[in-house]
Amino acid sequence: MRLAILALALALVLPACAQRPAHDDSLYEDLGGKPGITRIVEGMLLNVARDPRIVQHFRNVDPERLRNKLVEKFCVEAGGPCAYTGDTMAEAHKGQRIDRAEFNALVENLTDAMEAQGVPVRVQNRLLARLATERGEVIGK
Amino acid sequence: MRLIRMLCCVTLALAGPVFADEAGRQGRLLATGGASSIDGAAGGGITPWAVIAGYGEAGQVGATVFATRVQLPDYRLDVAGAAIGYGNRVELSVARNRFDLGSLVHKLGLPENTLSQDVLGAKVRLFGDLIYDRLPQVSLGLEYKHQKDFLIPSLVGARRDEDVEGYLAASRLFLGGAFGYNLLVNAGVRYSRANELGLLGFGGDRRDTRSLLKEGAVAVLLNPRWAVGMEYREKPDNLSFAGESDWADVFVGWFPSKHVSVVLAYARLGEIATLDNQNGTYLSVQGAF
Repeated sequence: MRLAILALALALVLPACAQRPAHDDSLYEDLGGKPGITRIVEGMLLNVARDPRIVQHFRNVDPERLRNKLVEKFCVEAGGPCAYTGDTMAEAHKGQRIDRAEFNALVENLTDAMEAQGVPVRVQNRLLARLATERGEVIGK
Repeated sequence: MRLIRMLCCVTLALAGPVFADEAGRQGRLLATGGASSIDGAAGGGITPWAVIAGYGEAGQVGATVFATRVQLPDYRLDVAGAAIGYGNRVELSVARNRFDLGSLVHKLGLPENTLSQDVLGAKVRLFGDLIYDRLPQVSLGLEYKHQKDFLIPSLVGARRDEDVEGYLAASRLFLGGAFGYNLLVNAGVRYSRANELGLLGFGGDRRDTRSLLKEGAVAVLLNPRWAVGMEYREKPDNLSFAGESDWADVFVGWFPSKHVSVVLAYARLGEIATLDNQNGTYLSVQGAF
């Protein structure tokens, strides 16, 4: 019985280890590397600037700094060779009281930007899935 | 149809002030309000899902109106209805089902050529979220159904012309869950004694108590606007005059915007009121506000 449990535990743990190689930068590559990510971020911010639902949250930020930090952020999330030097997600959104609808509006602006760049749906989904895990650090702060 | 018209009026009156504020509505992502099921509740085609009708997020109102036709070899089902959702939390819906008995009328010399019923539904999201939370979105629904032409159902053994049934549904969108494409999974149980949705009344000579019935659906989103999938709905077998088949369908859903969606399906409805092989086309159009 104990052997069976051990075998089961190994079966559960081993694939997790196998799926985490030293460094997986395939998403970074699929997004077109740093230039591709920069185009996506810029496209998203241009969409935001035209979006009456959430543009007010971006009025008092330095757009260039925001772009650079977002490129770093996306690059790190995609497994690219970058370092994120900005505030934590919770700090960056403190006092903004972003609600669920506003978060979704940003997701739509990002999706539209990726679509405009011709990013394949499956690649879009991988980036969205990465960013979705941080939703709790963004909304309601 | 007066009921439908009334509900639409109420829906628009309630939603008007909210709709006026362009920034404060339709805060959910495309397709997350689902289509309109034949019960009127948001979901797939033949099963309701845990999603709430429309695109309203916290503090927002969303509403839908829809029309559906299922064309079968010997019958035709027409459905029209509306639903209103508030805060991605509660949903109220209404639907009118009209079942055209087609060739059976002449074959058996039936006294009426259609069977109709009204369905009033309420659904509440208990916990979870379709996409983001740790837990899937789980909703509890109640449906009050009133069969309006009870002569035929009573002749074939149905016990009553109105009833209440409940369902529990869980829905989850797995980002990239199907080979990189987003995967929607729905599972539910229904507690019901409706014969053929309730079109043939409720309870019967063979069984007059409610049964626990399984429902489910899976869909793959090829992109944010297109979905393909299949559904299954278990049905009871309360009447001895004819068998009642479980239902299934395969569907394609198109969501060109948050205001319009279209679902086309091939529905396998099997035996209905003694006539077998009732498999045909399902088409549904929804407007969302």
